[in-house]
Amino acid sequence: MNSVEGLVNQIQGLSTTASDVLSLQNLLKQADDSLHAESTRLLPFLDQLDPSKHSLGYLYFLEACTAGPVTKEQAGSYVLMIARFITSCIAEQIRLAPDKFITVCKRFKDQVLLLEEPLRGVAPMLTAIRKLQSSSEHLTALHPEFLLLCLLSRCYKAGLSILEEDVFEVDQPRDLFLFCYYGGMISIGKKWFRKALELLHNVVTAPMSTVNAIAVEAFKKYILVSLIHHGQSPTNLPKYASSVAQRNLKNLCQPYIELANSYSNGKIADIETYVEANKDKFESDNNLGLVKQAVSSMYKRNIQRLTQTYLTLSLQDIANRVQLNSPKEAEMHVLQMIKDGEIYATINQKDGMVRFLEDPEQYKTCEMIEHIDSSIQRLMTLSKKLNGVDELMSCDPLYLLKVNLLFHIKASLVVT
Amino acid sequence: MDGEDDAPKSLMEEMYANGIEGVDDAPSSSTSTTIRKNRPIISGEQLDIEAYAALYSGRTKIMRLIFLADHCDNSGMQLEALRMAYDELKKGENTQLFREVVQKIDGRLGPNYSTDATWCAMVDRKADQRKDKLESELNAYRTNLIKESIRMGYNDFGDFYYAHGALGDAFKSYVRTRDYCTTSKHIIQMCLSAILVSIEMGQFAHVTSYVSKAEQTPEALDPPTIAKLRCAAGLAHLEAKKYKLAARKFLEVGPELGNSYSEVIAPQDVATYGGLCALASFDRTELKNKVIDNINFRNFLELVPEVRELINDFYSSHYASCLEYLGNLKSNLMLDIHIHDHVETLYDQIRSKALIQYTHPFVSVDMRMMADAFKTSVAGLEKELESLITDNQIQARIDSHNKILYARHADQRNATFQRVLQTGNEFDWDVRAMLLRANLLKHEYNLRASRKI
Repeated sequence: MNSVEGLVNQIQGLSTTASDVLSLQNLLKQADDSLHAESTRLLPFLDQLDPSKHSLGYLYFLEACTAGPVTKEQAGSYVLMIARFITSCIAEQIRLAPDKFITVCKRFKDQVLLLEEPLRGVAPMLTAIRKLQSSSEHLTALHPEFLLLCLLSRCYKAGLSILEEDVFEVDQPRDLFLFCYYGGMISIGKKWFRKALELLHNVVTAPMSTVNAIAVEAFKKYILVSLIHHGQSPTNLPKYASSVAQRNLKNLCQPYIELANSYSNGKIADIETYVEANKDKFESDNNLGLVKQAVSSMYKRNIQRLTQTYLTLSLQDIANRVQLNSPKEAEMHVLQMIKDGEIYATINQKDGMVRFLEDPEQYKTCEMIEHIDSSIQRLMTLSKKLNGVDELMSCDPLYLLKVNLLFHIKASLVVT
Repeated sequence: MDGEDDAPKSLMEEMYANGIEGVDDAPSSSTSTTIRKNRPIISGEQLDIEAYAALYSGRTKIMRLIFLADHCDNSGMQLEALRMAYDELKKGENTQLFREVVQKIDGRLGPNYSTDATWCAMVDRKADQRKDKLESELNAYRTNLIKESIRMGYNDFGDFYYAHGALGDAFKSYVRTRDYCTTSKHIIQMCLSAILVSIEMGQFAHVTSYVSKAEQTPEALDPPTIAKLRCAAGLAHLEAKKYKLAARKFLEVGPELGNSYSEVIAPQDVATYGGLCALASFDRTELKNKVIDNINFRNFLELVPEVRELINDFYSSHYASCLEYLGNLKSNLMLDIHIHDHVETLYDQIRSKALIQYTHPFVSVDMRMMADAFKTSVAGLEKELESLITDNQIQARIDSHNKILYARHADQRNATFQRVLQTGNEFDWDVRAMLLRANLLKHEYNLRASRKI
């Protein structure tokens, strides 16, 4: 008891300057075990500490408090407490103990899920990420948790800001896999198929020494999303994908590969029968909705192909060529595609004719120039970054050691 | 058609009347007035088997007759072909083929054309005797180590096997003479024999290699031999479906060929194969330079006036008559052993080329006129055009409502912008993914390194 009180006093005293905070951190580290021993009785002490000033100390206390099993009623109060803490804590202080912070936030997520109110966790988790990140390119362990909450609460837009950022630094590969997988799912939910493809591609081609379940599920969705977005699925993983992935992923996702094959044959009837036959498998993977979207994208693909060869075509002809049932359905599809901006056409209802137009983009407007200009700037920055990383790598002692080693081996082989 | 507005009326009418002229030039009307000898052999009408067979000699004559009998549905022609094959075989020593032909005849030609067992037995006995004699001679030569005699020994063996239909052994024997060839003439002889046997066996890879081998000894090559080698090379390319190369080879065959290569190919064949392959694979300039203005080839084309006519029609854009000649020739071409399995492909290619050439000079084309010119329905034409457009062979768009084909030239400027933006995006994606992966690898490496330490 005394030690705890003493600790509280020290926290209150040493939380002002940076050097004090460092020494406080040492103290707290040493006192950690005793705190955990007293976990059930720490709650009242928390009221003595102010999260906006004594963030580090509060964090340690909070972590010890929530260490044990939590009931639903306790969860409610904890959730409020942690949310308040996250909003008001000082970023520099908590960055001194990132593991503890991550643990606390993860427990927060668990409790929010226990209460079945994931929406409550979305905003605090976002704040938490922002405070923990050292830069916007840094992927923390909280990113996937945040995306999970967004998914479960269907609050996709909140995930958007996180997804838009480029990620370059990763703490744990597992975080990246989960982040990209959840991010892919959110993007699919918002129909940003390009972004989804990018994220899922990162999972599937990431270096891995053994195949993991996340990669397998991601690959299944990857195939489906490529069908929707590109109209073709990747037959082979690119060369830079790990050999483990290249060998095994295909075998584990057999029904999807076959779906992709029957898609490329272009017959809608075949693909529909295949989907019907394998409905259970797709459903058990929770991919049935995506599969249905892939099938309907086939109609779109076929209609788009028609724009390449025809200037005008009657709705009846479109229905025949794309294997739709009636001109009315064809009209619906064409209308939807015009609205989504996937084709440029006008429908003349009097003769039942559709007139296909060229892409009206002339690349002459100010917006287009700005777009091109900003793309150039972005790419130049990226290029500089690439050069920077390259230079850094060339100075890395471990790398030089390895290269030197190779060089010496080669040299010795030449001499002898 | 919406070509040039002030084209003279007569020119326009000529262009319109593409389809109608051809009917009057049909070849069948001219045959009744010509003498049998001058009648073209590969023509639009029923094949004259005797004249056809007279073009060839040796084994290929028999093989061609058998092929004819197998593939034509007219039983009169069938029996005629088999009868001639029988007669030819009786003059030779190939009992195996003889038995096959007799089986095919099946007694339909009367008692004179049935299994002549005594003849077979006699031939076989003589064959065994000859074989033993050749073997003992060859062994004698081998012990004496006289190169020339050994070479001739193997050569004789090759000839013997070839006459008896053991093509594999014949080929091996001929190839064995290679080690004993001393002059380039010997090499040429060896190559020609090997080529002949390979063609009969249908192994055209060997043909190509031996042709190149023969062409590498230029000293002993006289014009007929060069012509023969070019024919063989052309045949090999034809079998390999390399129509452009085949056409080039056939077109280079000089008139010195004459009838000297009748064991393989007749000059009519050179003209037909060369002409059709050229039409299917050459573009207009090449067609003009190498075929129409080619004096040497003109001599060959005289032997098959229908092919000559159809090439000229194609070049002068009279597509309907060109396609009609092709249609007439088809049945006879299907009876030829080398080209029968390529006829469909060549015809499709020629037809596509005709369609493309037709639409090329115009900004817009009325599909009804075009359908008339090609003697097809508008719906069928639309389908054909659609597949050509999808394959990017015609740059145009179909106005299905008014049935007009409009030429469409891609806007380079817009396309460039689009490509630029797309490349930028791809670069962006790739580099970001790459940096991420590099980071992961570094992380893993550091992890491993830290564990080791």
